[in-house]
Amino acid sequence: MGKYEVRLSGSGGQGLLLAGIILAEAAIIEGKNAVQTQSYGPEARGGASKSEVLISEDVIDFPKVRICDILLSLTQKSYEEYNEGLKDGGMLIIDNSVEIEEGTKYKIYSMPIIDTAVDVLGKPMVTNIVALGAIVGVTKIVSTSALEAAVLKRVPKGTEDLNRKALTLGFEMAEKALGK
Amino acid sequence: MSKKVKLMQGNEACVEGAIAAGMRFYAGYPITPSTEIAELSAEKLPKLGGKFIQMEDEIGGIAAAIGASLTGAKTMTATSGPGFSLKQENIGYAAIAEIPVVIVDVQRSGPSTGQPTSPSQGDMMQAKWGTHGDHPVIALCPSSVRETFDLTVKAFNLAEKYRTPVLLMMDEVIGHMREKVELPEASELEIVDRNRPSCAPEDYLPYKAEENLVPPMADFGTGYRYHVTGLVHDETGFPSNSTEIADQLVRRLVNKVELNKEDIISWEEENTEDADVIIFTYGCVARAARTAMKTLREKGVKVGMFRPITVWPFPEERLAELSKKVKTIVVPEMNLGQMVLEVERVSGKYTKIERLNKVDSQIIYPEEIIAKIEEVL
Repeated sequence: MGKYEVRLSGSGGQGLLLAGIILAEAAIIEGKNAVQTQSYGPEARGGASKSEVLISEDVIDFPKVRICDILLSLTQKSYEEYNEGLKDGGMLIIDNSVEIEEGTKYKIYSMPIIDTAVDVLGKPMVTNIVALGAIVGVTKIVSTSALEAAVLKRVPKGTEDLNRKALTLGFEMAEKALGK
Repeated sequence: MSKKVKLMQGNEACVEGAIAAGMRFYAGYPITPSTEIAELSAEKLPKLGGKFIQMEDEIGGIAAAIGASLTGAKTMTATSGPGFSLKQENIGYAAIAEIPVVIVDVQRSGPSTGQPTSPSQGDMMQAKWGTHGDHPVIALCPSSVRETFDLTVKAFNLAEKYRTPVLLMMDEVIGHMREKVELPEASELEIVDRNRPSCAPEDYLPYKAEENLVPPMADFGTGYRYHVTGLVHDETGFPSNSTEIADQLVRRLVNKVELNKEDIISWEEENTEDADVIIFTYGCVARAARTAMKTLREKGVKVGMFRPITVWPFPEERLAELSKKVKTIVVPEMNLGQMVLEVERVSGKYTKIERLNKVDSQIIYPEEIIAKIEEVL
């Protein structure tokens, strides 16, 4: 597939802006084109917030995500706010705390993203990295090695091992969600 | 991934371009959506032996940039709409005192404080007419991260060459988006430095122009003493009430840009050879226009686009030529109709002009441009 439109949603402070930047950078490491944009505004802390990434083999003209192929929702509120922008048959990746109605037309992957960061790793701040592992594990929009390189480029020095672990746990939960 | 290929934000590319062009002094007052320009200048300039100063307000920001430029430094200030309004007085001062300075406006919704994080193209006419009196204006408008780098370099070069303030009219989308860029090596760039006097200090007339209408500019502190004022002045720099001198000065200032238009103006056109419809577009909206053009071309609709890169001075000669060949020019803008006034002036006698305006604080979508073109064809 030539082009992906990805929307990462959750609440402000979950690190989704950085996650979007890392995902775009991973695509560039692989030689693809990528554009990352974000929304600020009153919702920047606590409310529903989003970060958007376009990945394409071709030149990207219009820089904003419209109907997305992949939606990550880490919170109920962000799912409710943004799920209408996911195309029919699109991939919906949600934290397992998010409840969704019956009969949606999405491919749903529900995973313990927040619990893994908080309980298993004891570091809520790596929620975004676990989420990236989960997204890439499920969707394969970039390679796991490109993603790891991009993560290590953008996280603070001294946190590399923690972030690698977060990424690995994300990949593992994706394998499970895919039924492997 | 080669070292030069990067994921970069528009505001970051502006700072990279400024530094590549030789900026060694930045003064400003941070404001969304331009803040990263101040932040990155603060981080990078001291490492290069340059200076960053956060002033008490936007007026102080441009004033300090003007003062530092008089000492020979290449200087910049950046802001958004509310700060752009405040800087107008000193833009006029830099124009009449002929001091090179680059002013970046990352446009956001207005009027007043408007919507700080939302994009707009509402300051395009303010760029031309915001400061009072007849004065030269050079304003450039990027539509990608890479072009932001290139046009920041160009802005410095033009400011140095013509001793005049140069405006870089960005918008929130271009300022904040990150995209893949490959920046040129320093050796690939053409860098222009201001012409400095070759005469002895005692023979220096600071406002005696050379053939290209631009006077050589001495650095303060090098022995060339002269007077700088916002009043009408003669070749010595001291105020004058002479009607003749006033007339000569204002005409020369404006003609520095008007008579050198060919050197200053640039634009981009795509698919204009056989176009029935041309989209006149600039800044972030050009990205939507290109998607719209490609989509309609696939359906067999002959759409082209014309994108002024220099918005002031306005590339009117080429636009007039194109106007004679097309049925319609569609002008999408994130304002209630600003650059379209120029398009109507230049092209109105040759072809039909259709406006598409949006002020809900969102970028114009390709679908909206497509719908407009389908409606008017």
